[in-house]
Amino acid sequence: MNHPTPSQTVGPFYGYALPFPGGGDLASGGIGVHGHVYDGAGDPVPDALLEFWQADEHGSLAGSPGTLRRDPTDGSVLGRDGLRFTGFGRVPTDQDGHWALRTVVPGNGYISVCVFARGLLHHLYTRIYLGPDAFLDALPAQRRRTLVATPEREGVYRFDIHLQGEKETVFLDFG
Amino acid sequence: MSEPLKQADIDQEIAARAGEHGEHPARDYAPYRSTLLRHPHRPLVVVKDPDAAELSGPVFGVTDVTTLDNDLTKQHPGEPLGERITVRGRVLDRQGRPVRGQLVEIWQANASGRYLHQRDDHPAPLDPNFTGVGRCLTGDDGGYLFTTIKPGPYPWRNHLNAWRPAHIHFSLFGTAFTQRLVTQMYFPGDPLFPYDPIMQSVTDESARQRLVAGYVHELSEPEYSLGYRWDIVLDGPAGTWMEEGR
Repeated sequence: MNHPTPSQTVGPFYGYALPFPGGGDLASGGIGVHGHVYDGAGDPVPDALLEFWQADEHGSLAGSPGTLRRDPTDGSVLGRDGLRFTGFGRVPTDQDGHWALRTVVPGNGYISVCVFARGLLHHLYTRIYLGPDAFLDALPAQRRRTLVATPEREGVYRFDIHLQGEKETVFLDFG
Repeated sequence: MSEPLKQADIDQEIAARAGEHGEHPARDYAPYRSTLLRHPHRPLVVVKDPDAAELSGPVFGVTDVTTLDNDLTKQHPGEPLGERITVRGRVLDRQGRPVRGQLVEIWQANASGRYLHQRDDHPAPLDPNFTGVGRCLTGDDGGYLFTTIKPGPYPWRNHLNAWRPAHIHFSLFGTAFTQRLVTQMYFPGDPLFPYDPIMQSVTDESARQRLVAGYVHELSEPEYSLGYRWDIVLDGPAGTWMEEGR
């Protein structure tokens, strides 16, 4: 087995390189999920980058290419064509640590999240659950709550990520 | 008012953690001060589910990049200032298989050590002919290639007189979301290595060496560019081994 290349922090200056227009718009007409990212002092994290990967509403994980579809004339990002579901999203947090995603309810019940930030030397995985699931049942109630999106109003869910502290989000290790 | 944190203080902290085993940096690595409030205190929850969505991942294709994207010296009307280089290598999984057709993204400071980012207030000039962003898809052998200029080192405020060694940021995808990697490539022989808590956060010496590209004279182009080689191995659980060729 080869040894892996070690991770390093995304740093503070990824903003002109990794985010792209429409990064959080996986699909229209579905649901909205939004929240803040907080540090261990409870302060919002303005320089986190979240990535999302999910199944379509039928549970298929065969996402299409084209998330970053480009205009061959000038190289600008045209983005998804709105018909084929790519399943991938990327959203930097705002100055107030807030992020938002527009997507569909995944057929398998959860949206996978990968968290990058200045000060985070190795990314973290978590999941946004939109309903009950056997995986959640295996966690202590207080911890379970951190993985479940809270309905805010029709079609809109709230999901905050706490990197550290009393409300610390459950982060996952795939072994 | 407390004394400003000095390099000697950070050196001591780095020395205290040196040699700790691990393929990746510990998230609680205090010499890099920004980690203090940004790493989880609780152990991660282990997921052993062969149906986990994270064992698949996003797919990219020819529409996601343009042919100019991997030459950072050709994105503006004029040539950027600095030392022109090529960086190439292969992206492999832990079993040595090529990661094909996947997205590689890079970003970097210019030759003066300045990023095109409004929060970078290092008093070094911006270069109107250099943005510092590149993308490409890996080939059938997992290969990638970028033409760019060598980035400069730059100061930051972790402690008094803190300087980052020259580096290029890399973002990589495998076939599984669990193989995701964001990292930094360094240049061989940089005298700033021992002082940098971000690089030294990889406490295992042989793991840290895997972050350093090799200078390969045969890859230099006469009268044009200096050649570096850096192969990348994506981590990921044994369960991610997908069919060949996806």
